[in-house]
Amino acid sequence: MDVTKVIDAKGLACPMPIVRTKKAMDELESGQILEVQATDKGAKSDLTAWAKSSGHELLNFSEENDVFLFWIKKS
Amino acid sequence: MLEKGKTTIVLFSGDYDKAMAAYIIANGAAAYDHEVTIFHTFWGLNALRKNEKIDVKKGFMEKMFGKMMPKGADKMGLSKMNFAGIGPKMIKNVMKKHNVMSLPNLIEMAQEQEVKLVACTMTMDLLGLQKEELLDDIDYAGVAAYLADAKDGHVNLFI
Repeated sequence: MDVTKVIDAKGLACPMPIVRTKKAMDELESGQILEVQATDKGAKSDLTAWAKSSGHELLNFSEENDVFLFWIKKS
Repeated sequence: MLEKGKTTIVLFSGDYDKAMAAYIIANGAAAYDHEVTIFHTFWGLNALRKNEKIDVKKGFMEKMFGKMMPKGADKMGLSKMNFAGIGPKMIKNVMKKHNVMSLPNLIEMAQEQEVKLVACTMTMDLLGLQKEELLDDIDYAGVAAYLADAKDGHVNLFI
């Protein structure tokens, strides 16, 4: 997967992972992929919901050592 | 492109925890690309107060109100377990530990995200607060302006 940008939101609490993701997304072009790393336990629901309602595509999700990883493609 | 959403929040409460909830929702909504308005009225106006003493002409009652109310977001008390000011100190420590943003930081971030912060002018008069005492770059309005925003709102909250 061709990741354009990586956002490290590890250790950040709500609402920061979403705010950071949104900021990063604004800087991307349509079709580019953002990787988000987060540890907030709500992040899985939050980012999934956010991607869905903002029209972006959540390509993949994984969890490694309590870190949630998201790959979101900009619409 | 999806339709642009709109969120409005009436912040009536002057409690630190309730204001935090309001500002977290506001920042979240801004990240959702919503147009966001927080309408501050009554005790919620204190969240917009600058934390230094500002020299403005006031009557006796207004001065008393000014003294009794918290000067700015960081000075606000908790709605539960305030314990005469010890509660907020405790919770701020815990917040730091969990990397949760403080209320002043949340307000700053809301401004960065172009959340529209509005002060209710009628209650400003009531509580004797003047523009000079409140944060810069905020709007001043009344109920009609709030309703104009709220009628198109997808999320409208009273906190």
